[in-house]
Amino acid sequence: MSVTTLQPIRAFNRRRIVRDLPFLPLAILVPFVLIAVFANVIAPYDPTEPIPGAKIFEPPFWSSGGSVHTLLGTDFQSRDVLSRLIFGARVSLIVGVMGTIVAGSIGTTLGMLAGYIGGWVDQLIMRVTDAWLALPAIVFAIFLATMVGPSMWNIVIILGCVYWTRYARVIRGEVLSLREREFVKLAEIAGASRTRIIMRHILPNVMNSTMVLASLTIGVVIIAEASLSFLGVGVPPPEPAWGSMLADGRSMLMVGDWWLTIFPGLGILLVVLATQLFGDWLRIRLDPQQRNL
Amino acid sequence: MGQFIFRRTLYAIATLFILSLTIFTVVRLTGDPVTLMAEPGAQEADLELVRAEWGLNQPLPVQYAAFVKNIITGKLGQSFNYEMPVSTLYFQRLPNSLELALAATLISFVIGIPAGIISAVRVNSAWDHVGKTIALLGLSVPGFWLGLVMILVFSVWLEWLPTSGQGGWRNLVMPAVALGWYFAASLLRLTRSSMLEVLRSEYIKLARLKGLPAFAVIALHAFKNALIPVLTLAGINLVVMLNAAVIIEVIFAWPGIGRLLYEGIFQRDFPLVQGVVMEAGIMIVLINLLVDVLYAYIDPRIRLTR
Repeated sequence: MSVTTLQPIRAFNRRRIVRDLPFLPLAILVPFVLIAVFANVIAPYDPTEPIPGAKIFEPPFWSSGGSVHTLLGTDFQSRDVLSRLIFGARVSLIVGVMGTIVAGSIGTTLGMLAGYIGGWVDQLIMRVTDAWLALPAIVFAIFLATMVGPSMWNIVIILGCVYWTRYARVIRGEVLSLREREFVKLAEIAGASRTRIIMRHILPNVMNSTMVLASLTIGVVIIAEASLSFLGVGVPPPEPAWGSMLADGRSMLMVGDWWLTIFPGLGILLVVLATQLFGDWLRIRLDPQQRNL
Repeated sequence: MGQFIFRRTLYAIATLFILSLTIFTVVRLTGDPVTLMAEPGAQEADLELVRAEWGLNQPLPVQYAAFVKNIITGKLGQSFNYEMPVSTLYFQRLPNSLELALAATLISFVIGIPAGIISAVRVNSAWDHVGKTIALLGLSVPGFWLGLVMILVFSVWLEWLPTSGQGGWRNLVMPAVALGWYFAASLLRLTRSSMLEVLRSEYIKLARLKGLPAFAVIALHAFKNALIPVLTLAGINLVVMLNAAVIIEVIFAWPGIGRLLYEGIFQRDFPLVQGVVMEAGIMIVLINLLVDVLYAYIDPRIRLTR
């Protein structure tokens, strides 16, 4: 019976959601995801192989000396910059999303355990959080990457292990107040196990915060991956990552081969900008108290 | 107060303990640490020497004790590329990093604080939107890419500034902007929210009611109080910039701590990498402790509630 009475409200909400959708971030993020997913269909060339017959360091097609076959020019191995950018989007998307999922899972789990169980578990988890926060994230990530060795999936794990601390702090704070709420107390009196209370009553109530934090973490993780790849401890060559493309282009900066530096950086900038804007929108949608900040 | 300092010091020691344990574990989890600690291609006899120095032939707790001893005696191990204790190298590079970090702090002040104040005083005006845009770009434009673009524009195309190295102010401008960029945005956001909070308070209303000119209210009454959290953040940022400016220092060939870490990575100088990371952690924990204690000294509410 409740289903039918709820329908008008749902329809209204759906219309409102469509109207309020953040168009600028989505206009960047949707093409970005599509390009990353269909990279092998869209990219004109193999990103890791030199183009037969093409010169090295060809400028984009509109500059003199450029060719319409390689729209955004070629790099030091006469590989197609456009194709490398397209496949680089895939690396950024995978690392950004998966790294954020790893960070969010670790941080949310530890935050819930610290907040709900309390006592020495809380003390231990929070001291570990403090210790990991003491190192600048990028230094910690460089250290881990140097020790573990470069590969895309290692970078996912490493960045997940570096960026979980913020989740743990925020979620713990929320659970401390959730723990005192009546529905949790009632579940405890009804004899529900700790696991059940955390999974059924705590987790659904902290998911909003986790989602907001996640939307803001993705951009940070994408920049961190680019930084690691730039330093040569991230995604290893010949895999095209935006950070390593910037590193490759750096040596040609002095002679003015700008396209090797400008395009990968614009890629990072646009995607991170869009995730930040989307995160702001999500925060305001999910947490009305933040609307005035 | 004494009890507060005691408890905070215990926390700091616990933090450093966990930090050292983390680094200790990571180095051992990822393979045979001897191959990490010794020079590539070292002879078996040399490997034995390294094992003895770090106690790697001993049980794990003994190894950890040796590791901690190396930290406490202040050597942090021997860099095999420089053949010097890591701590000596770290403190040799510190003045260079400090020069860069101070310049970057100045840049972040010049951009962040005025823009933050104007945004707060004129909420939702065009100025506020400019401020929000700067804050957003600070988070989205990677500092190292900004550095590369500046090299392209100001060194290669316009030939105004030298591309790299240390020297006069002309060498300092671009790395300082690239490094201070992100921190300018974070200062802007904090200045804005801190000013907004202060401007809502009763004593500001009173100052306005008694007819003080708007400028006096903002500059004398509001800004002074909004400044405390801003300065704290700037202080912590300074310590972070000292240790975390790895890419900026690499791009501009700036001989600081970040570059030392980078050299360590590339020469497979693991004692150097491990030592620099530990030293950075120690420094930041100590500064955080200092900030906590100073805060508690200024504001008694903090030492009573926490």
